[in-house]
Amino acid sequence: MQGSKAELRWWSYLITAVAIFGLWHLVAVILDSIALPTPVTVFFAFIAGLKDGLISHLLISTLRIVYGIALAFSLAVPIGLVSHETRVDKFVAPLIYMLYPIPHIVLLPVIILLFGIGDLSKIILIAMIVFFQILVTTRDASRNISGNYIYPLLSLGASKREIYKHVILPACIPKILTAMRISVGTAIAVLFFVESFATYRGLGYLIMDAWSRANYPDLYAAMVTMALLGFGIYVLLDRVERKVCRWVYV
Amino acid sequence: MIEAKSLTKTYPDGTGALHDVTFDIRDGESCSVIGPSGCGKTTLLLICSGILRPTEGRVVIKGTDVTAPSKELALIFQDYGLFPWKTVYENASLGLELRGFGKRERKRIVSSLLKDLGLQGFEKYYPKQLSGGMQQRVAFARALALNPKIMLMDEPLSSLDALTRENLQNFLLQLWRQKRMTMLLVTHSIEEAVFLGSKVIVLSPRPGTVIKTVDNPQMGDSDYRTKEVFFDKCREVRQSLDGGAI
Repeated sequence: MQGSKAELRWWSYLITAVAIFGLWHLVAVILDSIALPTPVTVFFAFIAGLKDGLISHLLISTLRIVYGIALAFSLAVPIGLVSHETRVDKFVAPLIYMLYPIPHIVLLPVIILLFGIGDLSKIILIAMIVFFQILVTTRDASRNISGNYIYPLLSLGASKREIYKHVILPACIPKILTAMRISVGTAIAVLFFVESFATYRGLGYLIMDAWSRANYPDLYAAMVTMALLGFGIYVLLDRVERKVCRWVYV
Repeated sequence: MIEAKSLTKTYPDGTGALHDVTFDIRDGESCSVIGPSGCGKTTLLLICSGILRPTEGRVVIKGTDVTAPSKELALIFQDYGLFPWKTVYENASLGLELRGFGKRERKRIVSSLLKDLGLQGFEKYYPKQLSGGMQQRVAFARALALNPKIMLMDEPLSSLDALTRENLQNFLLQLWRQKRMTMLLVTHSIEEAVFLGSKVIVLSPRPGTVIKTVDNPQMGDSDYRTKEVFFDKCREVRQSLDGGAI
């Protein structure tokens, strides 16, 4: 039962992928423009790229994004969880209210001035934007835990720490992981932005470079690689969620 | 055993939940509390269990003032008693875990309890994989694992269908008779209150105050439901509820 369900899922992914590439091919053939090469051309550019440093660009981009998300996660989750306490939320709620709607991406110049043009400033900008997405969701989740979940624990003499361990954390985990999956898309977009200048490494750089050289197969190969990066992290998080939140899926 | 002395609870937002509630429950007695919805029944239980502090008055259990959750007491809730992220076994053994029982002892106690409650073989299931009646039995297992002297229950059966509900009422009755526990049951079903309470306390609408205490010494058998006196008591409780102008 479990096996055939997973198998079905893989089949549906495969069919979707074939459909996307098929459609791409069709449109490319109809348009017949150098701005839209066929998937086959891009595939060969991708293979050629693999021999020519694409992997190391992918690696550096992966590190930037993983560090960024990890940094955001390790700050946002604890703050979001303790926002369960009204005392803490008094500070967190106005902070979110004031800072979340501001477009943080415009802070790039400031961050570069403060942290230099190296990897650190790139990671910090990704982390900063993702931080708010995870914080908002985690806080909402922890604020909405019914007292009815906590009273039985209190009557059993549970300490604060035990309440977090047995109720607040497990109740919030599904929402946290959903927030993280959503944040992958944002993180990739920010990654492209921060890699599009002042660096010679990373997929964003490859895209801008191929564009300026008007080498469209290379451009698409880099874009596809970036898409694969996002897809890979998304699948990984989905796997983690299914494992950690088994109770949601039974 | 349990004495509630002029309990008044007003929440910070000004809502009055209870007003001057006084009653006492003897050792081994089973007491039902009934009243219209929102009459402060849950507040009353939370105060008795030491989770909430009353604005005025006090609760005395076995001669000592209740200021914090007591070890002799188990609390059972209607819907949220179980944690959906824990398996049946983890849910049932949680109380023991919090009280510091070792792994082996937890296993011994919980396994035999689950067996008694007809839950053997379901240890690894999650609550949502079980029927409502089974879920409630897991909640009872968790409470009973600690061998409490007092059980406080907040509408434990109200989300169940009629047949399952009657089944579990019989189960509770048996439990009370076997273990000679002191029980305080909050319910909004008149029949349940009369079937399970050797004393029925009727509360008024919010802020809840005791309108009447109906003594019900004839209860204690599962065929009490079919007896004339059962219907008389139900009528008596219903009349005092109506008198409270709901």
